[in-house]
Amino acid sequence: MTETKSAKKNFYLFGFLVTLILAGVVSFYASSSPDGLEKVADKIGFIDTAKDSPLANAPLADYGVKGVKNERLSVGLAGIIGVLGTGAVATGLFLVVRRKSN
Amino acid sequence: MHIPDGFIDIPTSAGFAAVSATGVAIALKGAKSSLDEKTAPLAGLTATFIFAVQMLNFPVAAGTSGHLLGGALAAVLVGPYAASLALTVVLLMQGLLFADGGLTALGLNIFNMSIIGVWVGYFIFIAAKRVLPKKKSSIAIAALIGGFISVPAAALGFVLEYAIGGTATFSVSTVASAMVGTHILIGIGEGLITFFAVSAVMASRADLVYGYKDVANSLEIRSAS
Repeated sequence: MTETKSAKKNFYLFGFLVTLILAGVVSFYASSSPDGLEKVADKIGFIDTAKDSPLANAPLADYGVKGVKNERLSVGLAGIIGVLGTGAVATGLFLVVRRKSN
Repeated sequence: MHIPDGFIDIPTSAGFAAVSATGVAIALKGAKSSLDEKTAPLAGLTATFIFAVQMLNFPVAAGTSGHLLGGALAAVLVGPYAASLALTVVLLMQGLLFADGGLTALGLNIFNMSIIGVWVGYFIFIAAKRVLPKKKSSIAIAALIGGFISVPAAALGFVLEYAIGGTATFSVSTVASAMVGTHILIGIGEGLITFFAVSAVMASRADLVYGYKDVANSLEIRSAS
């Protein structure tokens, strides 16, 4: 019983750790080429109709932390903040909406 | 795949925002009965994982990149309703914190990725599972196929939005063929990542996997009789 319980904990711990490493470290190595939609818009010729998001100057805009000069640190920190934020919001939401056992 | 503001006019964006809000409301209702205290944490981890992997653009062709959408992946792991919510949380975080995807375009993006990506990925997964042998190893393969198809399907969502309210005047068929062509390539990456992620969860916690429940039950019945 205790063994299955710790195995269960390990799964989440391991999964969360992998996620943190992907967003915090591996993200620096992601391709910076335009994505599929941007590329298509550029090739066909309507990329100029894009407008900056009103939040384009937000402190975390474009996956960087404003004021952090080191590129690797900036994107890694932004990724970690995103993982913690998404984790908290999503897990909180799912714990609230799930079926209640009684 | 994240649409910026300006590509699609405001009335069309507002219309899709209303459709998306309805879709999210239905997902909230559905997730209530499909999630329990055992699977709710997996849904949280799935959303978090998708956020992280969406940061990892991979090159697909000369000067083009793509990233995981995660709709099929989430639907296989936690069911389509919770998956739709997971993707919506990811898109809200991206749009509001990281200025990734426009604000007026939020409804368009939710429609393409949280609704089309998830539901097309899920139905293709179900169809593939029906055709494949009733085995544990078929789950990840069916997920791969669902993931692959979900990306050009989501790209067609953009084409629909462009056809209704695109601010540019290029022909819809030009946009359609370019979008589908590019996103079939990105879909290959989506299929592979979906395959590996589903395989990893199946190897460690198959009991949590929504898309495996019925197969697991029928295998148990067969071995018992």
